[in-house]
Amino acid sequence: MEKPFAITLDPGSSLANHTGSWRTSRPVYIDRLPPCNKQCPAGEDIQGWLFHAESGDYESAWRHLTKDNPFPAIMGRVCYHSCESVCNRGQIDEPVGINSVERFLGDEALKLGWKLTPPSSESGKNVLVVGAGPSGMSAAYHLRRLGHSVTVYEAGPLLGGMMRFGIPKYRLPRDILEAEMQRVVELGVKVNLNTKVDNILNTMADGKFDAAFLAVGAHIGKRARIPAGDAAKIVDAISLLRSMEGEEKPMLGRRVVVYGGGNTAIDVARTAKRMGAEPLIVYRRTRAAMPAHDFEMEEALQEGIMVKWLSTITQADESSLTIEKMALDETGFPQPTGEFETIEADSLVLALGQDVDLGLLEGVPGLEVKDGVVKVAPNMMTGHPGIFAGGDMVPAERNVTVGIGHGKQAARHIDAWLRGEEHVPAVQHEVANFEKLNTWYYADAPKTVRPMLDIIRRQSTFDEVQGGLDESTALFEARRCLSCGNCFECDNCYGVCPDNAVIKLGPGKRFQFNYDYCKGCGMCVAECPCGAIKMEAEEI
Amino acid sequence: MSFQPVHFYQTGTFTVGNRLLEASERSVQANIERTNSLNSGHRACQGCGEALGARYAIDAAMNAARGRLIAANATGCLEVFSTPYPETSWQIPWIHSLFGNTAAVATGIAAAIKVKKQKGQMGDVRVVAQGGDGGTTDIGFGCLSGMFERNDDVLYICYDNGGYMNTGVQRSSATPPAARTATTMPVGPEPGNQFGQGKFLPAIAMAHEIPYVATATVADLRDLEYKVTKAMGMRGARYIHILVPCPLGWGAASEDTILLARLAKETGIFPVFEAENGEITGNLKIRRKQPVEEYLKRQKRYAHLFGKKPAVATIARLQAAADKNIRKYGLLDQEAN
Ligand SMILES: Cc1cc2nc3c(=O)[nH]c(=O)nc-3n(C[C@H](O)[C@H](O)[C@H](O)COP(=O)(O)OP(=O)(O)OC[C@H]3O[C@@H](n4cnc5c(N)ncnc54)[C@H](O)[C@@H]3O)c2cc1C
Ligand SMILES: Cc1ncc(C[n+]2csc(CCOP(=O)(O)OP(=O)(O)O)c2C)c(N)n1
Ligand code: SF4
Ligand code: SF4
Ligand code: SF4
Ligand SMILES: [Mg+2]
Repeated sequence: MEKPFAITLDPGSSLANHTGSWRTSRPVYIDRLPPCNKQCPAGEDIQGWLFHAESGDYESAWRHLTKDNPFPAIMGRVCYHSCESVCNRGQIDEPVGINSVERFLGDEALKLGWKLTPPSSESGKNVLVVGAGPSGMSAAYHLRRLGHSVTVYEAGPLLGGMMRFGIPKYRLPRDILEAEMQRVVELGVKVNLNTKVDNILNTMADGKFDAAFLAVGAHIGKRARIPAGDAAKIVDAISLLRSMEGEEKPMLGRRVVVYGGGNTAIDVARTAKRMGAEPLIVYRRTRAAMPAHDFEMEEALQEGIMVKWLSTITQADESSLTIEKMALDETGFPQPTGEFETIEADSLVLALGQDVDLGLLEGVPGLEVKDGVVKVAPNMMTGHPGIFAGGDMVPAERNVTVGIGHGKQAARHIDAWLRGEEHVPAVQHEVANFEKLNTWYYADAPKTVRPMLDIIRRQSTFDEVQGGLDESTALFEARRCLSCGNCFECDNCYGVCPDNAVIKLGPGKRFQFNYDYCKGCGMCVAECPCGAIKMEAEEI
Repeated sequence: MSFQPVHFYQTGTFTVGNRLLEASERSVQANIERTNSLNSGHRACQGCGEALGARYAIDAAMNAARGRLIAANATGCLEVFSTPYPETSWQIPWIHSLFGNTAAVATGIAAAIKVKKQKGQMGDVRVVAQGGDGGTTDIGFGCLSGMFERNDDVLYICYDNGGYMNTGVQRSSATPPAARTATTMPVGPEPGNQFGQGKFLPAIAMAHEIPYVATATVADLRDLEYKVTKAMGMRGARYIHILVPCPLGWGAASEDTILLARLAKETGIFPVFEAENGEITGNLKIRRKQPVEEYLKRQKRYAHLFGKKPAVATIARLQAAADKNIRKYGLLDQEAN
């Protein structure tokens, strides 16, 4: 090439200069585990489904969610949402209303008739599920999706277990419960209602089942030794709540005393209130020591439920009860004081916890039962090969979501076990804790509050107490998510690199580093809002 | 009216991009087809704020000028690290001037374009001049003031890293008080740059009553792009002063570049505003006010303030200067106070 005066070299591009060789450490894209996902007892990928909801793609969000949990409309009403208590956003203003978005998605699916994805092939294996509560139905769903033939045996007349015969309607409307149960049945799950399993080994042999998942719950109300006159009316909470589902409503009288401090005690008191009674909860310890969730106690108090703390019932008669006052000792334990009082009561409801009816397991070799519950290995299998168990009947926290999680875990292990293999759960990513975030980038946005039914209707009807979010508020709430530990395509890394060493791959495809030019300054790591990049030492 | 942030959850316009915004509402930098005016392979230090600021600004100018842009560039880091003969990182028509005359060179280019346009020999092409703070506030100041005074049709962009970084961190008239450089008092009772010297060029530019003056930092991309785009929509002399942290000269971690720019703005040390025809028309409010220590302590050029005996009085003077900026430029929302 002919060159101008004094020019001796051809023009070149700096691309010839691979400045990546300066680097001593390199940025790498990673996925960290959001605290919400880690906490969810059903193992939901919360951040993952919120990501779809954020862009208004509710169906994708629902499909992503139901990979782990087929019951979002139920979850959005009865799950105790421990995910929210660990949500990183809670350290900025308030946690993301995960549970309210979940409910919105669940309701949207029911409204628009979205169906669960059926299995793509059949395994030819036959699995028995005993108990149509949340745990059993979750297992049925996951087993069916894995291609197995599933039959559910249920002692009761309807699906849902304790969600139907325990949790009152004003918290979980029955049309919602039934619709989410039926959607699982529609996948081809066979259901035998009014069919109690008396002997699991016989039932398995008769039905030629290759494996069984047991989730019979805990339905036997615990009794307390209270001296009682012949005419005293004493019922247990579970039988009472169950009878609420039948034609004949229970007769309790006006003054109903509920003995206990758990969620069941509160549900019974709130139910009695709605039937026109004046319920009084009597509990041995203080409010702070109650096993019930504080928000439930709060709602009960709003509805005018009365409580006597630090009291035990020592005698029950036809229309009165004798109560002894308690006082906390130095260790915080309640001790009798010898101070008594008499209160009027037409009936006494015992809400003191439940035991498991293990009758169907009698004579099964290898089982280990401790403290009234059946021991299971980490793969949810009991001591008897091929018999798995979960939910309230195994040692764990007793709630719907834990049961659903057990059902999912058990299904995966049963699936592997049927193939003579072992299911190895994926190694968990490191947690995206708050320190990993750069919160500068998130817009200020306070939590959306769900509407509550007015108090008069809460005291006199079984209408649902807590309302849902509408489309715009659900979208707002979803967008409060920080997407902890998982790229949400904010383009920060692509923008802030002084060396133009980040390649943008396009919507949904994320980014790549161009290590030919990345100098390893670490700016992309520092400015990623959600902690989805980390620096790794370069091997030199 | 200044840049209006979109309060669009979850990150609104705080992040470079946002998949939830309409394409037209997104930044130039988020675009997969941005010019990358200053391409990879340049020799700027790791985490260089000037390299980042220049790509931010020139990409926005290229976008506004639909690719028809010529830049004149003063001697300094930006020129040296981008264009060691015979190679260059620039993806635009670009000319290296002397250290002190880049405003005059840009004026000449603008004049030539004007004539060629009049003769029908070319269409519209816009002109940008750019340089460091030394090349702008010190040696290039005469040429620049003349360019302002004649209202030549040039957008001048100053990348302020507070010193002559290319030649080894000497003091410039934009070096902030108390900051240590190679040519300020190294020891003694009050080491570092002295108080009450130097000059704040945006205010001097405003005194020329040119159509547009603005300040910006690399921490607020959307505000920076808004200002460059707005300036490119105007004719006559325009001036944008961008704060660009320098990891080497400031003694800071390379990953802290944007953080430091953000803290300069959030403390009030660097006021971010815009002015038309000599009058302030808008400012970028402080979002989460911070004490000046948060900014100072991350930089070794201020390390002497935080020794065994912290220089409480000096820090208080710097805080007072920041507070004065906050008052003078109205940087805090009344409600937020
Ligand atoms: C009043 C009350 C309120 C509650 N509120 C909440 C709440 O708000 N949120 C929450 O998360 N949890 C709540 N819980 C706890 C929750 O209901 C249980 O933890 C959960 O239902 C347990 O699920 P499971 O599938 O293990 O058993 P269950 O739901 O008890 O279901 C077991 C099923 O097995 C059937 N069965 C039993 N034995 C046999 C047999 N031999 N053959 C065939 N079928 C059999 C039963 O009829 C039943 O349908 C509440 C519990 C009560 C009592
Ligand atoms: C007339 C003249 N004097 C001195 C120099 C040496 N020189 C080159 S760059 C530079 C400093 C540049 O400082 P600044 O303009 O702030 O840019 P920075 O490198 O900090 O980005 C100096 C002094 C020169 N090139 N020409
Ligand atoms: S901000 Fe989002 S991802 Fe992070 S913990 Fe909360 S819900 Fe989960
Ligand atoms: S910002 Fe760019 S140069 Fe710096 S570490 Fe990230 S990719 Fe590498
Ligand atoms: S900076 Fe933004 S785009 Fe880059 S990895 Fe993090 S979340 Fe994804
Ligand atoms: Mg400089």
